[in-house]
Amino acid sequence: MNFKGTNNYVASKDLQMAVNAAISLQKPLLIKGEPGTGKTLLAFEVAKSLNKKIYTWHVKSTSKAQQGLYEYDAVARLRDSQLGDEKVKDIAHYINKGPVWNAFESEEQVVLLIDEIDKADIEFPNDLLLELDKMEFYCYELQKTIIAKHRPIIIITSNNERDLPDAFLRRCFFHFISFPDKEIMQAIVDVHFPNIGSKLVEEAMRVFYSLRDVNNLKKKPSTSELIDWLRLLQLGGLDVSELKNLSIHKGNIPFEGALLKNEQDALLLKVLSRGNFR
Amino acid sequence: MFLNFFYLLKENDIPVSLQEYLSLLEATQYGLPNNNVDDFYSLCKITLIKHEQYFDKFDVLFGAYFKGVQRIELADSLKRLFDEDWIRKNINRVFTEEEKALIESMGGMDKLMERFKQLLEEQKERHEGGNKWIGTGGTSPFGNNGYNPEGMRIGGESTHKKAVKVWEKREYQNLDNGVELNTRNIKLALKRLRLWAREGALEELDLETTIKKTAENAGMLNIEMVPSKKNHVKVLLFFDVGGSMDPYVETCSELFSAAKAQFKHLEFFYFHNCIYEGVWKDNKLRWGNETPTMEILHKYNTSYKVIIIGDASMSPYEVVSVGGSVDYNNEEAGAVWIQRITNHFQHCVWLNPLEDVFWEHTQSLQIIKKLMNDRMYSLTIDGISRAMTNLMSKKLQTK
Repeated sequence: MNFKGTNNYVASKDLQMAVNAAISLQKPLLIKGEPGTGKTLLAFEVAKSLNKKIYTWHVKSTSKAQQGLYEYDAVARLRDSQLGDEKVKDIAHYINKGPVWNAFESEEQVVLLIDEIDKADIEFPNDLLLELDKMEFYCYELQKTIIAKHRPIIIITSNNERDLPDAFLRRCFFHFISFPDKEIMQAIVDVHFPNIGSKLVEEAMRVFYSLRDVNNLKKKPSTSELIDWLRLLQLGGLDVSELKNLSIHKGNIPFEGALLKNEQDALLLKVLSRGNFR
Repeated sequence: MFLNFFYLLKENDIPVSLQEYLSLLEATQYGLPNNNVDDFYSLCKITLIKHEQYFDKFDVLFGAYFKGVQRIELADSLKRLFDEDWIRKNINRVFTEEEKALIESMGGMDKLMERFKQLLEEQKERHEGGNKWIGTGGTSPFGNNGYNPEGMRIGGESTHKKAVKVWEKREYQNLDNGVELNTRNIKLALKRLRLWAREGALEELDLETTIKKTAENAGMLNIEMVPSKKNHVKVLLFFDVGGSMDPYVETCSELFSAAKAQFKHLEFFYFHNCIYEGVWKDNKLRWGNETPTMEILHKYNTSYKVIIIGDASMSPYEVVSVGGSVDYNNEEAGAVWIQRITNHFQHCVWLNPLEDVFWEHTQSLQIIKKLMNDRMYSLTIDGISRAMTNLMSKKLQTK
């Protein structure tokens, strides 16, 4: 079992190594990186390339660790009891399984994605320590321990909004997806646009990287922005000679809204093009 | 097997634990790396390092260790290299033609490398501007921001990446530099300051009482609601404006907007250099519209948390003397007013945008720091976090 990237996803050597190490040593893999570098996508691509089912758990600020395991729907049971429903006698009817339970129970190994773990409360990762370590948890309502039949491949993403506790980190492998260099970027673009002219990409990448090199940008454009922008350029039907003329210092970048996502950055670009800013 | 390397990381303040070391050994036993050092490097990084801020340090240590230059002294001199602030503080120097010619006459790249290693071992102190040691702004071939046609770069901005090995590229250097101060980060830091209380509209189900009431009601549902928890912390902000604070205007306005979004009960006032008998709310309408500081002490009760933002850099007599203010003739010294504030409000902190390495050189800053019972923090994410923790602590006074 070896992950090497897929037709739609270019994985650097380091990333492949990280994924494979996590799979062979059965440890969760924590993925961080700039927004838009394909952290969440990784889990789906790993699942696809290894031909496994994927369970996803998108964490929100209100998420509790318990929700990933299971939830006991007391209100539904109360309602049923007042209506005299027969179901009420078995508590199991009111246990709603979460993604972790489903992943543990699965008959074959699956991929479990815990997305944006940093969004949740500070204590959230700590509440999952035993579950990730031993791959088991105890369900109080049913009085039984749920043990993973096959340890799932767990991929956790974080956007760095808060630091994760040390005890949690110690149980994970860690990989930081750095911003792709030109070579890998070229490969990524090729994957998304098999038919795009190479000259166009070359010129677009030149503008893109010069924009990334501008100091003091609040949010540097990332891979997903480049892909969107290329799509727009393609749709806009710009030819190569027009693109050659583009420069961040001339203020003639088409669809700049696709690259810069906040008004201070757009303003900065305007100032740059007026030439009174170094 | 790699135990010495493990300890080298630990000595250099990279948080590694035995568990991680064992994972690394386990991983190598699985035969993951094809016995080549690049794979081993990646594997070490995946298993041992859990935060990108340590990548740079790790790269340097890995390079140093596996080149066989492992020494305890080295660890120390390497630490100095990480002191980015020190390097950043130095400006590019312009050299005379004469000096440039002198630099031209130095040896080739290999020679420089050798000499660099030698110097790194020898160097004991931080160094600036000379001709021999590694430092910044000098004519020595090593260092940053200096001029030398054959010079080697240590840290700082990179213009070319020709290095042979990944760890020598040190791609993660700027991740090592502490967190950038932006509104979102500040908000997260300010989040530590919260006092939960239930007040206002009934919004949440009170499960305990509902169960009790339902039982009392012979099993028929009787729903009880409570107000949801809200942050009830009350904050007073004092901003130093004008003069020496001008370079920090942007940082302060970011802090201000973050605080405004974070705290519902927030009052702010401006002052200049030091707090005297009056502060004001609008810089344009300052004169004639000052709020007496005494009134603030009466109006806001002791549960308010006070955050003062200023560089505390002025002539000492502006703090300690009567009539010391640069703006007018104050009847009581600034120190008296600061003491009144710290006596009235139990929780006060001073946030200083000036980097803390310069603190000890400013007399007025030291006086104010003492008046604040040492509760002065630098205006960085880390400083704000520690300040907020102090504001929340039940124990009073000092850091």
